Amino acid sequence: MGKEMKKAGAAKRKKRPEAGESRVLLIGNPNVGKSTVFNALTGAARHTGNWTGKTVDSAVGYLKGSGRRIALCDLPGCYGLEATSPEENEVRAALAEGGASCAVIVCDASCLERSLNTALQTLSVTRRAVVCLNLADEAAKHGVFVDTEKLSELLGAEVVLTSAASGKGMKALAAAIVREASRGGDPVKMTDPPKPMWGEAARIASQCVTRDTDAFSARRLKLDRFLTGRLTGLFALAALLALVFYITMRGAEYPSRLISLGLSRLLQTVTRLLEKTPLPRDLISALCEGGLGTLFTVVAVMLPPMAIFFPLFTFLEDLGLLPRIAFDMDAPFRACGSCGKQALTCCMGFGCNAAGAIGCRMIDSPRERLIGVLTNSFIPCNGRLPSLAVLASLAAACAGSGGGAVSALILTGFLVLAVLMTLAVTKLLSVTLLRGKPSSFVLELPPFRRPKIGQILVRSLIDRTLFVLSRAAAVAFPAGLVLWLLSRGGAEAPICRVTAFLDPAGRLLGVDGASLTALITGLPANELIMPMLVKLYTGAADADMAAMRAVLTANGWGLKTTLCMTWLMLFHSPCAATLLTVRRETGSFGWMLLSVLLPASAGVLLAVLTAAVL
Amino acid sequence: MDRLSELEKYGVCRVEKVLPCPAKERLEALGVFPGAELVKLFTAPCGDPAAYLVKGAAVAIRRDDAARIIIKRSAEWERK
Repeated sequence: MGKEMKKAGAAKRKKRPEAGESRVLLIGNPNVGKSTVFNALTGAARHTGNWTGKTVDSAVGYLKGSGRRIALCDLPGCYGLEATSPEENEVRAALAEGGASCAVIVCDASCLERSLNTALQTLSVTRRAVVCLNLADEAAKHGVFVDTEKLSELLGAEVVLTSAASGKGMKALAAAIVREASRGGDPVKMTDPPKPMWGEAARIASQCVTRDTDAFSARRLKLDRFLTGRLTGLFALAALLALVFYITMRGAEYPSRLISLGLSRLLQTVTRLLEKTPLPRDLISALCEGGLGTLFTVVAVMLPPMAIFFPLFTFLEDLGLLPRIAFDMDAPFRACGSCGKQALTCCMGFGCNAAGAIGCRMIDSPRERLIGVLTNSFIPCNGRLPSLAVLASLAAACAGSGGGAVSALILTGFLVLAVLMTLAVTKLLSVTLLRGKPSSFVLELPPFRRPKIGQILVRSLIDRTLFVLSRAAAVAFPAGLVLWLLSRGGAEAPICRVTAFLDPAGRLLGVDGASLTALITGLPANELIMPMLVKLYTGAADADMAAMRAVLTANGWGLKTTLCMTWLMLFHSPCAATLLTVRRETGSFGWMLLSVLLPASAGVLLAVLTAAVL
Repeated sequence: MDRLSELEKYGVCRVEKVLPCPAKERLEALGVFPGAELVKLFTAPCGDPAAYLVKGAAVAIRRDDAARIIIKRSAEWERK
């Protein structure tokens, strides 16, 4: 696996700028806003987040207004140049490779002493550097003031005070970079990694920093103690999760209905227009009823919950809540042979399992990293959440309550089960295939930061919602076409034979042939399962969440069927994109196969048990 | 000789020595090395790990790793 990652790193470096350009390296501690500085300087929209280890690989962009002459390279955050985590290796490799015309060292003005080790080490490698003293606004808010002139004098490099999130000081920084990059001299080149320079860092910080208040504010401590308290910690996190899902489900119902209505009108119009052309009837029917119909259903079912869930999740991420989750969850994960960072990748898995599997790179121990990758699809991703929401509300209705609060509670229960299952499988793996002791766990808890609402909306809607939706849509159209072809011929249609063939197996699992067929057709994208199922039952395509519930009830779904379907959906094979990611991250086909077998067998087992008991 | 794992809440200490352990390198990179001042802030719901104030930032350290850090207690941290 190490080899695999090194290979990926080498490929990235080759893509770096060609002759005639100056290369500038962006170096600094984790969570000092390097990616925000990078975005502000290049105009790029690289995903930023308030937690350590978010940037696991480097990105390259051109300095705005430099006419593609100055290429900025955003390196992952590191605490120094001497340690051996993947991030530090990447930074060291970039420095040792040489050839960069200057380094931009990003420091945290609110916590200068800690940033100075990396800064001093970098400065001992090269004098061609600009120091960007970021998070100036935050420092001022906490009553911390840095004497930049004194700092510049002591470091022997230009110091620019910035606040990248609000854009303050960015013009001055860009100008300083251009000046430094075009100044002649030897390129940046590191031969030996320097020794730690904490003593020097403490001496300089004591001369440059004045503070009004204590560094760790009472308010922050109170909030942290609440979020990590013995009684309040896990409760607060579960309540927050429940609240997010409640808002998502309630908020999505009406827009989902509206979009469904609009798109079915659009479908009618398109069909009418196409019927005026000389195209054959069958082709029109295949395109409209098959392809477009399925596509529109997927959009109507998925878009509203995603457009609500992703911004909410990004909000929590920006706030700085994710590392607290890792902190609270470290003990249980450690008892199962892993570490709290896996809880973080699970949180990412709620968004997208492929993203979660990639996120596992931040787990230091290779053994724990592999476990994290293999178990990530036990967490239902956003493709499955809307379907699970439908099932939860159906289960609530079966239990005699139609309220949104009850279904949100049931959904939260499903998710808690998913987390418990993740823990159980983690334990299973660490006592069988991937034996070993939990490694060390050292994690920084960043200060809480006020999220930028505008940025959140843009980022989560464009980066995540549209990305996931377009992926699902790309699969929905062809899948709809194939399904249309298979369902030709009434009762003799191939699809009817498939469902009839699968029916006995489905009965054993507490569902029916149609559900099983839908679960299998959901392999390219899990989002397709419920829309497929409705299509198999009714032959029609348009369905919002409420209509879907009605269709399922009409087909005799009781508590047993709903629960069994939930288990099969909750513990379902990862989608095609996630499988490819697992293959890439683990470097082996066998591990990829195991990542299918683990959740699938868990789902089948639970379903068989439920069917036998109920 | 006291160990960091024995430090009480809001206790302040100075690091004397970090004994060899898997986390040693990572701890030193974060500023936990002889001479550094630490304050114990709060613990996770299960009592482990605990968060310490290191160089103005909160860092979570597991009890097993904290037991490898030899410390000397100093005065109580004054809460603002």
